[in-house]
Amino acid sequence: MRRVVITGLGVFASTGKDVESYFSSLVNGRSGVRRITLWDPSTLSVQIAAEVPDYSPTDYFPLKRLDLLDRFTQFGLLAARQAMQSSGIQVAEEEKPRFGVVMGSGMGGAETFDSGYFNLYAKNETRLHPFTIPKIMHNAVTSQICIEYGAQGPSLAISTACSSAGHAIGEAYHLIKFGIADIMLAGGSDAPITYGMIRSWESVRVLAPGGADPSRACRPFSADREGMVIGEGAGAVLLEDWERARKRGAKVWAEVAGYGLSSDASHITQPSVLGPVRAVRMALEEARVNADEVDYINAHGTGTRLNDVIETQVIKEAFQDHARRVAISSTKSMHGHVMGATGAIELVATVLALERGLIPPTANYTKPDPECDLDYVPNQAREKPVRVALSNSFAFGGLNAVLLVRRLEQV
Amino acid sequence: MNIEDKVIEIITQEQHLAPGVVKPESTFAELGIDSLDGVNILFALEQEFKIDIPDAVAQKMRSVSQVVDALTRVIEGKDIADLVAVAKGESPVPNR
Repeated sequence: MRRVVITGLGVFASTGKDVESYFSSLVNGRSGVRRITLWDPSTLSVQIAAEVPDYSPTDYFPLKRLDLLDRFTQFGLLAARQAMQSSGIQVAEEEKPRFGVVMGSGMGGAETFDSGYFNLYAKNETRLHPFTIPKIMHNAVTSQICIEYGAQGPSLAISTACSSAGHAIGEAYHLIKFGIADIMLAGGSDAPITYGMIRSWESVRVLAPGGADPSRACRPFSADREGMVIGEGAGAVLLEDWERARKRGAKVWAEVAGYGLSSDASHITQPSVLGPVRAVRMALEEARVNADEVDYINAHGTGTRLNDVIETQVIKEAFQDHARRVAISSTKSMHGHVMGATGAIELVATVLALERGLIPPTANYTKPDPECDLDYVPNQAREKPVRVALSNSFAFGGLNAVLLVRRLEQV
Repeated sequence: MNIEDKVIEIITQEQHLAPGVVKPESTFAELGIDSLDGVNILFALEQEFKIDIPDAVAQKMRSVSQVVDALTRVIEGKDIADLVAVAKGESPVPNR
């Protein structure tokens, strides 16, 4: 079994369209949540989201290519490009069958779906655009990345709602660890800010309504938290077999050392405690790391009443006394809940925290909640050496993914 | 604008080509149009002319002139049964 390292990072989100500006926003507590601009939200009760700002697709893609790319695929490609470019990797022809891509997406081609349905039901068109299917399918992002980079290896599209990207990166990690692939590009993308999606989410009644200042709408772990904010974007990491990375003198951001996954088997929307605890324990066990060695947890931390309380209980159960000492933060407070991409976007933040010894805060932390009484690194980033970190994803449907990353120790 | 000019205009637009590249005698192969591009072009033409081109015929379109021919017949209300039959392999390609 081989060791797996991260040699490239990419992120395209409301808080930054590249890794450095993204992390800078987070550690400075800058939120990407604003009033929706993609279409007119005036008829909705929730009018805010975390959109990627100032995004013009033609800046990045030729028109002909763009015809086949839904917004979610565009974001995934852009994050993948950054990860590939920053890694400096050269993949030889004979290596391509051992180079694969696993991307997660919760909603797939939401924009294409939305406009397709509009044409079908509102305009009564009897034929939809022939590119509808290739754009909508959840695997479009994986396939387009494979095509762009000639990745011929084991490649998948994972859809487990909010845990999609966490699962995608975990599965990619295992494919290398168990010798099935040598190079894997993994992450997630979602562009769910459509009229139909926001209307659907409104009815679940877990969205923060916002207020005078949308940037303060998402307040994970605060007593006055009002819910989550939907975001869009993508995150990607390039994973390599450590030996291969070492031989080519690659910069290693971190080692992926554990991946836990589990199913709550309890409720279709409400999380359980024991399901996520099992996933945490699994990640720790795989990495052969004790709970008290974890320095930082990037929480699922959606900002809903329920998640934040349950997640607090999960951390207490899994970490016992150490729960009070570990630093925990929710970066969703700033970049929003990016659905099937969020696990990757958050892993990028986690890896940077590890690499820099700088933990991004939970923004908008206003009032302590007696039921959420741990250290959530409120409002200010914290300088602290981070050797081992976890990234949590606890999805609707009770499907959990936990990734453990650590500074690479030369053995 | 006649049918041929419109077909050329639509192919140019859908394929993001420079004006003048698409000629009446151009084949799809020459223009780098694959089968997915082909269905896209036909969709645009169907929308433009408000007609329906049967799948069997659509699948055999390989050149500008074939497209113009099929469209002209459908628009002028002429019978395209022979085109469909040829497309389905039920009769030999006629000499033209």
